[in-house]
Amino acid sequence: MVFPLQVTGAETRRRGKVLVGPVSLHLAGVGATVVIGPNGSGKTSLLGLLHGTARLHAGTIAWQLPMDQARAVQSFVFQRPVMLRRSVVDNIAYPLLIRGLPKAKAMAQALDWAKRVGLGDMPYRAAPSLSGGEQQKLALARAFITAPQVVFLDEPCASLDGRATAEIEAILQDQKAQGTRLVMSTHDMGQARRLADEIVFLRGGQVHETGPAAQFFDAPQTDAARAFLNGDIVE
Amino acid sequence: MVDLWDGLTQAFWLVLTGDPELAEIALRSLYVTLTALAIACVIAFPLAAFLAVRRFRFRRLIIAILNALMGLPPVVVGLIVYVLLSRSGPLGVLGLLFTPTAMIIAQVIIIVPLIASIAHQSLRDLWQEYHDLLISMNVSQRQKMRTLIWDARRALLTAALAGFGRGIGEVGAIMIVGGNIDNVTRVLTTAIALETGKGAFALALALGFVLIALTIAINLTIHWLGQTEREGRW
Ligand SMILES: Nc1ncnc2c1ncn2[C@@H]1O[C@H](COP(=O)(O)OP(=O)(O)OP(=O)(O)O)[C@@H](O)[C@H]1O
Ligand SMILES: [Mg+2]
Repeated sequence: MVFPLQVTGAETRRRGKVLVGPVSLHLAGVGATVVIGPNGSGKTSLLGLLHGTARLHAGTIAWQLPMDQARAVQSFVFQRPVMLRRSVVDNIAYPLLIRGLPKAKAMAQALDWAKRVGLGDMPYRAAPSLSGGEQQKLALARAFITAPQVVFLDEPCASLDGRATAEIEAILQDQKAQGTRLVMSTHDMGQARRLADEIVFLRGGQVHETGPAAQFFDAPQTDAARAFLNGDIVE
Repeated sequence: MVDLWDGLTQAFWLVLTGDPELAEIALRSLYVTLTALAIACVIAFPLAAFLAVRRFRFRRLIIAILNALMGLPPVVVGLIVYVLLSRSGPLGVLGLLFTPTAMIIAQVIIIVPLIASIAHQSLRDLWQEYHDLLISMNVSQRQKMRTLIWDARRALLTAALAGFGRGIGEVGAIMIVGGNIDNVTRVLTTAIALETGKGAFALALALGFVLIALTIAINLTIHWLGQTEREGRW
């Protein structure tokens, strides 16, 4: 198990500008952590930092495994899904093929996952030709097929309609119930309430408030969190 | 003065009667250039992919050099290969001068930079697209390169066609290293040069039309092969 995760004073910069940090967090091994905060508050940067794809300029990120091994049991679903120029099943099978699984086996599993996320009737379509919602579902299938311990999701339902969002949330709930640890960002407070066990509220690249979801939504501790939940503009 | 019509009719008859000499020369042209093309692709595609995914110190410099080499004068390449392969040259013991192999070597040198440069453009763009995903998946350098080459295969086909075009029409280098020897190293372009020199314009033109027809046929064939994977479905 790669959890618990201990983050201490972690920071990532770009050309001298701090994108997020210093951040200190402790993430335990179960449930869903939802990162919220205004646009540009550093949600994407924080997820990348935890996943090890954003450069760590200061502080430490301590999984129970070395960073590269930790990443092998993680998946990342991007804010803008990346579609390989291949068919739907070839996309979903890709992480298995990378891990050296025999092609036939990988394809069978990929087809299975395509059905589970509702892409069963278009397994050989070119992935880049899918709609936004379908691409996001493909990205989910590709993320979950390796049975990762942690899945990072960066606004997985941004720009999707209510129905697509509900379908994706159902997949996420299902995976969560099976013990996959979710760490996701969203700007949809309804979604945060439905999925989160724990909230990390970012503001200006820093963790402004964090705690159990129920507590955060019922009794936010800071003015900024209260204002943000009210839908007021928070810088 | 001959007109183009003479050349065209003569080309027509040469092809129609299945002129054995023409067939031999045309096949040798294809053999030399297609072999050179295959070797060049094996070198150029991985090189282009490597330059796309790997950051290292002289990367930009190498890419700039590669781009510059696209305009490499074939005559100079021929001369250098000639010097290397000539009996007193460092590779003289191989006895390759004035053989089709020497011509293939020269053509590989001429078309590798062209194919690698064009391929690099598309692989670099694709890498921009794939970067975050493949980094997130801990994909090894080798796998990155393989993924890019496979997923960009159509663009790479275009790069290969450009290389084929440059090779099949090339005359300067293969004239020098091949020597345009009848039955041994004579190909369409060198035959055209020879016939033109002799004043046999109609024959030269006929060979020219055959060369053009051949080029178009190969292009269409490869294009068609690429099309069998239709857009929208893989
Ligand atoms: N590659 C980059 N170069 C420069 N600045 C960047 C880069 N990526 C992000 N930033 C900046 O870092 C800050 C945090 O960005 P980040 O993408 O993490 O925010 P976010 O909370 O995910 O925003 P959003 O809700 O819009 O997705 C922003 O001010 C952004 O402009
Ligand atoms: Mg973001």
